[in-house]
Amino acid sequence: MSAAHDVHGHGHDEGHGSLRDYVWGFGLSVILTAVPFWLVMSGAIADKGTTALVITGFAAVQIVVHMIFFLHMNAKAEGGWNLLALLFTVVLVVIVLSGSLWVMYHLNHNMMPQGTMQGMEQAP
Amino acid sequence: MSHSVSPATLTGRYYDLHEHDHPEGGSTMLGFWIYLMSDCLIFAMLFAAFGVLGGNLAAGPGPKDLFDLPLVALNTSMLLFSSITYGFAMLAMQRGQKGQTQLWLLITGLFGAAFLGIELYEFSHLIHEGATPQRSAFLSSFFTLVGTHGLHVTFGLVWLTVLMVQVGQRGLIAANKRRLMCLSLFWHFLDVVWIGVFTFVYLMGMLR
Repeated sequence: MSAAHDVHGHGHDEGHGSLRDYVWGFGLSVILTAVPFWLVMSGAIADKGTTALVITGFAAVQIVVHMIFFLHMNAKAEGGWNLLALLFTVVLVVIVLSGSLWVMYHLNHNMMPQGTMQGMEQAP
Repeated sequence: MSHSVSPATLTGRYYDLHEHDHPEGGSTMLGFWIYLMSDCLIFAMLFAAFGVLGGNLAAGPGPKDLFDLPLVALNTSMLLFSSITYGFAMLAMQRGQKGQTQLWLLITGLFGAAFLGIELYEFSHLIHEGATPQRSAFLSSFFTLVGTHGLHVTFGLVWLTVLMVQVGQRGLIAANKRRLMCLSLFWHFLDVVWIGVFTFVYLMGMLR
């Protein structure tokens, strides 16, 4: 069974990580989790917009760390189809998130009472 | 379809004399990964809903009145610990150590249960304060997003328990290894979703 497996090269056993992978992933995750919590709880960066941007960056990096060290993502697993499915999903997620936020922000903005008032002022 | 196909070519196509071997479960990991990606889209919808509705407090309590960051940090660490202990279970499985695998699975399950316990405590605390899902669009989308994640963790725990029994009964056979690897993907995936939850729901909420 396992011999046929190897000859066939479906390569199931590549998908495992090593102890090194898990320890690295865990260590990086602890840092990448602790820093955003510290930034928000201590208010180390005075500007809230900057803090939001920084913690978003930390989240993005930590997601990549989890993908590589815990989910063992690479271009070779399942002949690259795993990565392709992931990239497709990332594209969809970006479209769903940015599209929803963008459209609904403008909808809110245009339906706000002030907006109506401005429109009325301009009207003759 | 207008051209006629002779019976000879039909039979020639029908009998695949050189069919190659498809080992049982050969496509399970890819299939399960695609399921996870579809699950990812569900969470994307819920994140989008929260992103749109998160500011609609309906004059009710907001994130700053409700969220307790030290508790969220504790919850996050529970899930992170459960991720690495699941990794240790996988390493024990690779070495073929049945007892060690089960022990690490048990520890993972305990961390997962602690996570759920803290989350349920938080939810009951919020509801006790009158911050129910019906209170505002912010709270509706908050409970839906975080609740869906919690439901996933709950089913992950059920699955983990079932696998512990299966490994106990049949040992680390190929089918069980495959199942453990699927649950590994599922479990680590939930931790990835939680990164989004604690960053965009809790931390961003406190900045709002």
